[in-house]
Amino acid sequence: MSKIVVVTSGKGGVGKTTTSAAFATGLAMKGYKTAVIDFDVGLRNLDLIMGCERRVVYDFVNVINGEATLRQALIKDKRIENLYVLAASQTRDKDALSQEGVKKVLDDLKADGFDFIICDSPAGIEKGAHLAMFYADEALVVTNPEVSSVRDSDRILGLLSSKTHRAANDEPCIKEHLVLTRYAPHRVETGEMLSVEDVQDILAIPLLGVIPESTAVLNASNQGAPVILDNESDAGQAYDDLIERFLGNSVDFRFIDNKKKGFFGRMFGS
Amino acid sequence: MSFMDYFRRKQPTASVAKERLQIIVAHQRQQRNAPDWLPSLQADVLAAIRKYVAVDDNAIDFQMEQGDGCEVLELNVTLPEKALAG
Repeated sequence: MSKIVVVTSGKGGVGKTTTSAAFATGLAMKGYKTAVIDFDVGLRNLDLIMGCERRVVYDFVNVINGEATLRQALIKDKRIENLYVLAASQTRDKDALSQEGVKKVLDDLKADGFDFIICDSPAGIEKGAHLAMFYADEALVVTNPEVSSVRDSDRILGLLSSKTHRAANDEPCIKEHLVLTRYAPHRVETGEMLSVEDVQDILAIPLLGVIPESTAVLNASNQGAPVILDNESDAGQAYDDLIERFLGNSVDFRFIDNKKKGFFGRMFGS
Repeated sequence: MSFMDYFRRKQPTASVAKERLQIIVAHQRQQRNAPDWLPSLQADVLAAIRKYVAVDDNAIDFQMEQGDGCEVLELNVTLPEKALAG
């Protein structure tokens, strides 16, 4: 049984593409055949984060328009077995994606035996974001502990429960998961940042993962290697925990408490 | 936190953020459950009232509430003071 998972947020810059890349890579590392699709038509970026930008020949819109087959357009990852990327088109035509076209590609991926199909949503609530969530079975709602991001995530939750294929057909609701990114425990401790509990209180959906603010994320994107491949890093390990929880294993949350600094650190540290 | 920060500790702001979010999110959710025709009904009612009294856009407040087996549409119009005098 294939599962379609949308990675969405409403607000831009909160870590959707970073999360999509790490999530898809991690699932493939655990042996699941996984495809990750960039729905951000006109602003392709997943290919850069996945490190396959120079291997894009055909894209999502080419497949929808019948200019290439799905097999030609899927880019096989060079590091991880079972991992495939479908790049967004760079066209400026906003209507390049159609609902029927998206359905056909998703159905073909299912028929091809993919276990997971990850849809990396664009920011906003326009057509691309709508289509990315429309056929989803589950949703990762990526949120930063910051007012505008939390508010937009709540808007997205409203759309997930009303403007999707499942909602339109009275099927069971999309399973929603909260992914809190760029979390800084020391700022939470000083009362400057919303805590995990605060965000959970407001959004009221189950927490799947907390990714700490980490230098590893920029290092990963600089190199085009999803941060989960850096298994020494806090962010990489946090994504790994998140995937274990997604697969139904119970894993304690890490990186949510402030590490106490020593005397010298407190006096002279930053 | 460095040595100097002990002398100029700022007021924590996360609690303010949480309070503001709780209010705005509750408001958003109320609108989420409202039927699609509510905004156009609101515009029509506002236009009808304006035929008789000059009121601002935010002088009208619509609330949809769901009770036991019934839905209540509550409409509040704040009339300007002059309207009552005349």
